Amino acid sequence: MQFGVFSVSDITTDPTNGRTPGEAERIQAIVTIAKKAEEVGLDVFALGEHHNPPFFSSSPTTTLAYIAAQTTTLQLSTATTLITTNDPVKIAEDYAMLQHLAGGRVDLMMGRGNTGPVYPWFGQDIRNGLPLAVENYALLRRLWDEDVVDWQGQFRTPLQGFTSTPRPLDGVPPFVWHGSIRSPQIAEQAAYYGDGFFHNHIFWPKEHTARMVEFYRRRFEHHGHGSADQAIVGLGGQVFMRRNSQDAVREFRPYFDNAPVYGHGPSLEDFSRETPLTVGSPQQVIERTLGFREYVGDYQRQLFLIDHAGLPLKTVLEQLDMLGEEVVPVLRREFAALKPAHVPDAPTHASRVAARQASLEEVSA
Amino acid sequence: MTTRTLAVVSAGLSTPSSTRLLADRLTAATVAALRERGDDATVEVVELRTHARDLADDVVTGFANESLRAAIDTVTGADGLIAVTPVFSASYSGLFKTFFDVLDKDSLTGTPVLLGATAGTARHSLVIEHAMRPLFAYLRAVPAPTGVFAASEDWAGAGGVDAELARRIDRAAGELADLVAGRPAGKRPVDPFADVPSFEELLRGH
Repeated sequence: MQFGVFSVSDITTDPTNGRTPGEAERIQAIVTIAKKAEEVGLDVFALGEHHNPPFFSSSPTTTLAYIAAQTTTLQLSTATTLITTNDPVKIAEDYAMLQHLAGGRVDLMMGRGNTGPVYPWFGQDIRNGLPLAVENYALLRRLWDEDVVDWQGQFRTPLQGFTSTPRPLDGVPPFVWHGSIRSPQIAEQAAYYGDGFFHNHIFWPKEHTARMVEFYRRRFEHHGHGSADQAIVGLGGQVFMRRNSQDAVREFRPYFDNAPVYGHGPSLEDFSRETPLTVGSPQQVIERTLGFREYVGDYQRQLFLIDHAGLPLKTVLEQLDMLGEEVVPVLRREFAALKPAHVPDAPTHASRVAARQASLEEVSA
Repeated sequence: MTTRTLAVVSAGLSTPSSTRLLADRLTAATVAALRERGDDATVEVVELRTHARDLADDVVTGFANESLRAAIDTVTGADGLIAVTPVFSASYSGLFKTFFDVLDKDSLTGTPVLLGATAGTARHSLVIEHAMRPLFAYLRAVPAPTGVFAASEDWAGAGGVDAELARRIDRAAGELADLVAGRPAGKRPVDPFADVPSFEELLRGH
């Protein structure tokens, strides 16, 4: 099982001292966080994509390439890549390029983006969100899977004899996850292609997550990619830890109360009960996280959100230390002991190259 | 004998509240009218005051907490709805509107509704027609033709209720009972996963 962190790249005022980091500072902090994630033994760093303040991450492949150059094992991913407003040709090119530079340590998570005003900036309309996700991804697949593409669709200039370069590393495109909080159509899309499905698992009660994952697993099996329990599932999660759980609650409360997405609403206690948010000791985080398996089954990737809402870099790095030293080693051991042998690990470039090789040999034999 | 479920939404704030008082009168009259038509009824009351914070939380987070979820399930699963609000600033109260804001927009489709409103003066009596009816039309609910408005003066008759108000209550309750008794029992909540098209259909044309 893979463990990691994901960032939405928000630049938010620290509510405890009124200080807002500049873009330069926050961008360097993200690089520091990613490098630290590898250093403490985590597997994955995923970065969001946004085109409006207060977020800085408009160009994830630039950032991820820079991180790739300074790491050796860290898997680089997105959370999410906007499949609706990006040109699929550019996604194909940018992420294949990143894949080469990072030696295959790249996968992507597709998302639609739910900020209405962003769409027209890129010549689109949020009311077409779902058809855009369907058509753009269908084109992206062809651009990666076929060397020469003739194509015509509803939303983009037709392509004649087009070759997306560079070609995917070793002939194997990056693995793709599809992220959605509540659209069964996106779970259906992930299942149709045999791709991974990721549930953000932060903002809403676990019942929503359970329902989406169950639907994805059922459809994954329907589309012939394996049994339902072999589908590739990833979850988000949000934690804040201190040795003593009362200290964690006291320190995190102002960040929670003022958080951009859910702040000024429910209490920290109510939100912790209603959603997967865990604020407490490392042991509490271990116990809560192990419980996720009970409603989504054996899953392949767990990403934590730890750097939002104005939390200072120093605090984020302390969270990474605790994850790496105390939480993830236990989770790795416990999850591995529970997982049946026929449930696959999260796909990596190496495993996908091996699978491709095996299928080529099967064909030639 | 079929047992119908009636949900009652009251947005009254004080105790006792004239809004709740009207809701109770409408409920009792509807239960009696259903009995006359051979149906039994169970009644569940949702006092929005007790969910004021839950509703604010839902507006911020986008999901209903456990307590509010139970109230929503009660209302959206009912065979008939009695919805009563006090008039605030010439319309339904913000609390009343917030409850219907957080419902899934399809969850009251086809549900018979009896509309009621209360105010300190009869000058607000058209609130039911110009504010409440459009709201329930949007939700594709089926409001009974008679809405019942009660101003302070309407509670002054013999037995605490003006004879004219009592007649309106009975007429409205009869209309709601006709709508409820006329529909098949066992309405099912909308399931967003039930009719997801297969991906082949989603892909068609791409």
